[in-house]
Parts: sequence; C-alpha cells; structure tokens
Amino acid sequence: MNIKARVTGAFLATVLSTTAFNGAFAADDTIKVGILHSLSGTMAISETTLKDAMLMLIDEQNKKGGLLGKKLEAVVVDPASDWPLFAEKARELVSVDKVSAVFGCWTSVSRKSVLPVFEELNSILFYPVQYEGEESQRNVFYTGAAPNQQAVPAVDYLMENESVERWVLAGTDYVYPRTTNKILEAYLISKGVKPEDIMINYTPFGHSDWQTIVSDIKKFGSAGKKTAVVSTINGDANVPFYKELANQGVKAEDIPVVAFSVGEEELAGLDTSPLVGHLAAWNYFQSVDTPANAEFIKTWKAYTKNDKRVTNDPMEAHYIGFNMWLKAVEKAGSTDTDAVLDAMIGVSVPNLSGGYSTMMPNHHITKPVLIGEIQSDGQFETVWETPGLVVGDEWSDYLPDSKDLIADWRAPMSCGNFNVATGKCGGKGS
Amino acid sequence: MYRILQTLLITFCLLVSADITASRAADDIGALVSALGTAKLAELDDRIEALAKSGDPRVIPVLEALGEGNLYARKADGSVYLATEKGASLMLVDPLDGANIGEVPKSELQKIKVNNSVRRAVRSALGGLTLFSADTDARLKAAQSMRQTPNADALGAIETALSTEKDGAVRKTLDEARAVSLLVSDRSDDDKRAAIKTLAEGGGREALGALTSALSSADSSLKPDIEAALQRIEQAQAFWNAGQNVWYGLSLGSVLLLAAIGLAITFGVMGIINMAHGEMVMLGAYTTFLVQDVIRTSYPDLFDWSLAIALPLAFLATGVIGLAIERSVIRFLYGRPLETLLATWGISLILQQSVRSIFGPTNREVGNPSWMAGAFELGGLTITWNRLWIIVFALAVFAALLFLLKRTSMGLRMRAVTQNRRMASSMGIRTPLVDALTFALGSGIAGMAGVALSQIDNVSPNLGQGYIIDSFMVVVFGGVGNLWGTLVGAFSLGILNKFLEPYAGAVLGKILVLVLIILFIQKKPRGLFALKGRAVEA
Repeated sequence: MNIKARVTGAFLATVLSTTAFNGAFAADDTIKVGILHSLSGTMAISETTLKDAMLMLIDEQNKKGGLLGKKLEAVVVDPASDWPLFAEKARELVSVDKVSAVFGCWTSVSRKSVLPVFEELNSILFYPVQYEGEESQRNVFYTGAAPNQQAVPAVDYLMENESVERWVLAGTDYVYPRTTNKILEAYLISKGVKPEDIMINYTPFGHSDWQTIVSDIKKFGSAGKKTAVVSTINGDANVPFYKELANQGVKAEDIPVVAFSVGEEELAGLDTSPLVGHLAAWNYFQSVDTPANAEFIKTWKAYTKNDKRVTNDPMEAHYIGFNMWLKAVEKAGSTDTDAVLDAMIGVSVPNLSGGYSTMMPNHHITKPVLIGEIQSDGQFETVWETPGLVVGDEWSDYLPDSKDLIADWRAPMSCGNFNVATGKCGGKGS
Repeated sequence: MYRILQTLLITFCLLVSADITASRAADDIGALVSALGTAKLAELDDRIEALAKSGDPRVIPVLEALGEGNLYARKADGSVYLATEKGASLMLVDPLDGANIGEVPKSELQKIKVNNSVRRAVRSALGGLTLFSADTDARLKAAQSMRQTPNADALGAIETALSTEKDGAVRKTLDEARAVSLLVSDRSDDDKRAAIKTLAEGGGREALGALTSALSSADSSLKPDIEAALQRIEQAQAFWNAGQNVWYGLSLGSVLLLAAIGLAITFGVMGIINMAHGEMVMLGAYTTFLVQDVIRTSYPDLFDWSLAIALPLAFLATGVIGLAIERSVIRFLYGRPLETLLATWGISLILQQSVRSIFGPTNREVGNPSWMAGAFELGGLTITWNRLWIIVFALAVFAALLFLLKRTSMGLRMRAVTQNRRMASSMGIRTPLVDALTFALGSGIAGMAGVALSQIDNVSPNLGQGYIIDSFMVVVFGGVGNLWGTLVGAFSLGILNKFLEPYAGAVLGKILVLVLIILFIQKKPRGLFALKGRAVEA
C-alpha cells in the first residue's frame, strides 16, 4: 500500500514536471502547422475528419520527437464552409500565427479563394482532395488525385472489363464535375464513343429528388448496349441518389455506377447491401491489405476512441503530404518557405497502399489508382489497380485549351503553365 | 481472327470438359466447387459455367453464396466453404452436404473475390438451374434473369420449361425470354418475326433493349418489322412517361407538403417567420436515428416497427423543443417580424451546431423498414414503396391537422386567437397558452415530417436547410393562413417541377419554378387561396 502510494506519487511528479517542461518548450520553440478545414456549415461533414486526422499525425510525430528537435504545434481554425472566410483564416494562420505550412481546403472554390493569400504571403498549402486539375501553383502541393489519377482510369476499367459502350456522366453543378466531365467526354470521343451514346446531366447541390434522373438513366440504359454511370455527384446528394437507385432496382450487374466522390465516410450513412457492386475509383481504400495501412487504421481508431470510425482517401493524402513536408523540412534544415519549396520536389515517402509516392516537379504526386466495389459492410473491395504508379497530370491532354501546357517548378523553368507550343510561360489559367 | 479462333478453342474445351464432368460421378462436383477456391478473378466465369453445366441442384446454394460474397477458401489448402460471420470468426458449412464444420478465425480463410461480371455469370447460371424449380417465385426470377441476358444456347432449356409451365406470369416472362434469345439465335426469319411480335406486345425496357440491339445486326428483311415494333413500344412508353411524371410530381409534392405543413401553422396561422423550422424536421430525423439505434442493439425484431415508434417520439421531442423556443424567445417578439426572423435564424444555427457536436458532422444511417424498400410495377409505371407510403402519410397528417383545427375546441381557440387576439382574450381564452401550444403543434408536425424524410434523404445536421426555402415557397404560393392552399400549392409545385425537369434539367427546372412563382405572386400577392374577411389585416 505504502509503496504503491509512493510510486503513484513519483509518477505524478514526473508527469507534472514533463507537462511543465512541455509547456515551457511550447512557448518559445515550436514549429506551427496550420489546419484550415471547415468544422461547421455544409462542408463540416467531410472536413472535420481531416482536421482530426491532421491532429493525430502531428500528435504521432511529436511522440517520435517532433521535427528538427522542436515540437510541432497544431493551429486549428474554422472557416465555416464560407469561401471568403477561407481566405481570411488563411491570412490569419500565416501572418498572425506564423505557421510554417497549412494543410487544408476541400472544395475547389475554397482552394481558389486562398490561392492569392498563399502567393502573396509566400507560404505553403497542402491540398488533399481529388480535383479537376487545370492548375499548378508555386505555393500549393496537390496530394489528391488529378483527373488522370482517378476519372480516366475508372473509365478505362469500365470499357475494358465491363465492355461499357454507353455513358451517363452525372454530376453536381459546379466546377469539379463540369471540368471532369469535359475531360471525360473528350476522352470518350477520342476512344470512338459516339456523342449520342453520352448523356450528361447536372443537378443542384444537395439535390434530393432523384426519381426523374434515375428513371432517365434506366431509359438511357435500355438501348441494347451496356451502360454505366460515371458519377461526380457531390457528397451529400449521394445518399438519396443511391437510395433511389436501390429502390428502383438499378443493379450494379446491369448499370454499374462509378463514383469519384463517394468514399467510406459517405457510405457510413447508408445501408449498402442493395448497392453491392457499384464502384468507386480512389487511390486508397480502407480495405487495402498492407501492414502500414493496418497500423494507420489502428492508430486512427485509438486516437478517435471510436472503433467504428473509417479512414478514407483524403486522409491518406494528408498522411502522404504531411510526411513529405517533414522530410523536405529535414532535408532543407529549416522551415523557410523557399528552402522547403525547393526541397519538396523529388521527396519520396511510403503511401498506405504498399508503395512510394513521390512529389513531382508539377507539385502533384505519384499514386496507384484503385477501383473498388462497394461491399455490404460499407467497405470497398479492390477489383482492379494500375500496374504501377500514375503521375498526376495537372493540365489535361484531352482539353484543347490545356493540352500544350506543362508545369515545372524547378529552376530555371519555374512555371506553372509553360506552353510547349509557343515555348513561353503563361497560358490558360493564372 | 486469331482471337476468334482462341475463343472457339476455349469454348470447345469447356464444352468437352463439361460433358466429361456430366458423365462422371457426382464426386466431380466437389472437385468443381473446390476449383472455385483456387481460381483467379478472371477464371471464375468459366468455372461457374462449368458448375452450371453440371445441372446438379446442389450447386445452387454454392452459387448463391458466391454471388453474395459468402463463399470462402481456406488459405492453407484452398478448400471451399460457405461461411457466415460471427464476430471475429466465421461459421463454416460444407458447401455440398451442408454439414456444420464449426467456427474458424477469419485470418485462416480468404473470401473468394467476386466482381460484377462474376455476379452476372452467377445470375445467369442460377437462372438456368432454377428454371425447373418447384417454387414459382424462383422460376419467375429465373425467367426474368433469362429475359435480361439473350443467349441462343439457353433457347432449348427455355422451350422445355415453357412446355411444362402452368403459371401465367412465369409463362409470359418465359415467352419474352424465349423471344429475346431467339433474336440472337440462327432460327428462321419467320420464328424471329413471331418473336418480335411477342416483344412488341409485351413492351417494357428489356424488349426495347433487345430489339434495339437486334436492329443493328438483323437481316434487311427483318428490319421493317423491328422498327415497327420499336415504334409501338416507344409510343406506349411515351404514354406511360406522362403518367410517371405525374406520379413523380405527386411524390415530390408530398415531400414538399410534409416539410411545409408545420410551417403552414407557425407561419401561415400564427404569422411567425420561423427560420428554425427546417431544424425541427432535422431533429425529427435524428429521433428516428436514435430509435433505430436502440432497436438495432436491443430489439432487432422490432425494426419494421421503428418508424411507428419514432413518430410519436419525434412529435413529442420537437413539440417540447418548439414549446421551449416559443416560451423563451418568440413570445417576446410577437408583432416584430424582422427580429423574429433573425432570432429564429440564430436558433437554427445553434440547433445545427449542437447536433453536429453531439452526433458528429457525418451522415447517420437510418434504414428502410422492409415494407418501405423496393418498388412494384403498375402498368408501365415503376412505383417505389417508400414514395407511396410518404404520400399516404402526408395526406394522413394533413387530414389529422385539418380535423384538429376545424373540429376540436383546441382548434377553435387557435383560430380565434389568430383571427382576433383581443376579442378572443376578452372571451376568456388564455392567449399566451394557445400561442405556445400552436407553436409546439407546428414544431411537432415538422418533427413527424422529419421521420418520413429520413427515409429518402441524408440524416445530417444540414438536413433542414434544404427544405426551409421550399417550405416558405409552398406556404406563400398556396396562400398564407390556408391549409388547403398549402396542399394544392405543394402538389402543383411538385408536378410543375417534374414536368419541367425532363426538358429543362434539374437546375434550370428549379429556376423556372421560382421565376413562375415570382410572376404569380406579382399577380396574386395573397397566393392561390387568399383568406378573405374583416379579420385579415390589409
């Protein structure tokens, strides 16, 4: 009893002294990392998870001893799904909190709204979500998929393995689906698909009455040719869409739906048993069977103290981006923006699907592309993957405006939109 | 040319191997089933075909399990088992004789991976195997799956089945299945003409698909027949399409009615601009989630009753919250519409964020009870059960509310207070109590709407936001203060929207509806059914 009490006392004292030490440590010698994800408003549904994932990664790194001998300190702000507020909060993070790098944004419009801030204040943003491409900025690293790392391989899969000949491109009406569908339409036509075999459909944000569209899809699919739906429908509208598909009896064996915005997190609000076989294309699935992923899932569940929490692709993107940043800072020996920007290119870190991802000179990374089928437990099962890694292509080769553009941020080119036809920096975009 | 030869060769080999297996003893089925365990994804199709060729009814459960992803192979020796999950382990059953093998940890087994093409192969194999089943439903399902996959080789089996089939529905489907397969076979043109006629009479999407694909490869002599048949089916479908649009419109209208009917009380009758109305709907949906959560963990048998249990609870919960809001905020703001608008907007944000903090920002799963899942065909219409029940429910709520307002003393008091507050007060009616109860009633009804909407929409903190604008639109369009106006307004907006959508698209359709409402309000500022009388303020 006595001994136990003494041990406890000693233990408490140690804890107290370490905390005190940590406190002192934090005050004058930490590296700050900004987290710019919406914690309220419509996008909170997706972005809150990413904030938690970043906090976990920072926590884990501190347990390993921090960075450059200093502790990392997370600075969390809430831009509340309000696009102009994203720019304000980004400015606050960089100029008031003096963070060394920012991890954040989800929608393309929020990214576009913070771009001028990062350029002006010369700081670094890691953007973790699949997006429409057509952009490459000096201060931004794109760790999510470009269209050629998600949409184009998915269409290839359907064409080769399911011999699909008729295509419905259904999306929410905003920039990502519109640009992706433009690329896909050009790609399909280049593959010999006739324009009358492509149906394009846009719906407003949060669309909840899918009866007409699902029945249109059924009608379009009864032309005697194998039909598939390529869905760029945004997060929230997916649940009623899939419910309507299930209720109207659209089976994956007949008309498969391949989605680019539906991951484990979105399926958590659904009974997936009628949806088995519908597809999603990502660079990571929670079901990927590698030791690194098993470890990541275990840490995540322990960190959130919830055994049912799922992991998803943008979380992996943050995992890769964060580790790349750590490596680049170590390589540069400082957190100075220009030094880190130089050091980032060529950095290579393990991803969660058993390979290495590398930061390319166009500020996009290499990733494998996985096609998964929805299972009745809300997970995906990989049915196909690219044989090797795919390099993110920022300027699509299938759009007439951008096919001559390339990005290379290494000296001496240092240009995000170099036109190989005219040999000059500057073209479409910024 | 090389590829064709290769395919021919493979088919030949398969046929030979299938013949050999058929002639051998039944033990070979065991070998065929074990072969599934070692097959790669691309090889599974062929092995399923081999199993189907055996014609042995024992392979039916094996194929069903494969399609559903319940077939596992032991990692050590590749032997195949049927498995059901039980925590971290699997209950194994021998695939052929059904003998119980016992529990084995998951790590020792590997699920046999299937994809859509394997599922299709399983479906058509099962179709062939269950065509002669004693169960009528199984035969109907088999016939339907044969109708979906034209296959000249299956023609013989279909005809044999037809010669013995007695059930009318199965016969009709089999007839169509025969026609579909006949079109891709090398039968005579006269047979094909008869098949085209059968399909034209039967109609439906499958017939349309089969005929369209036959059109491209048919002889020139058959083409006019096919074109005529296609035209006939398309005409019939155009007729049904109009009906389908009306149905979709009614269904959308019922959703609008449900969302708006509570607002018709708080805004329409009491005149409170209640921006937190959508959040009441959301809270009702979350009540459903909580009820289902408890049922799932403790009383799984009651799941089909979950909505019936959730309804009164949602009414009570949101009613009480409504009462609290009225007593604590709104009663101080009567007669000040701008302040009410801002205050209730604030309340809506508070409610949203509290739900987000308690339940998390992600969607919560609310399941459909079995009687609300699926669809049935009525002529050429596809009617989904959940939509049908929501229409019935919306009308029932409407009728109940109308009864309450027009036939009970509580309703009489409500109308008295809203029409002339001072006079009602002089007659001895406690107006503050009536105000509070009316607001609680409106909120409670919004909560009940939430139970129904949880069946078709996401249950997330943002649920209410999507409905608030539509609800105001319906109430204003229908005429403030008139329940019948809300009913007519909701259904006419629903139908208008659904007739515009196929032509204008969902985005433009919505804009057009808004423009039309603005024009309408310009002409008739009081909406469809304006309240008339001295009590109404100018």
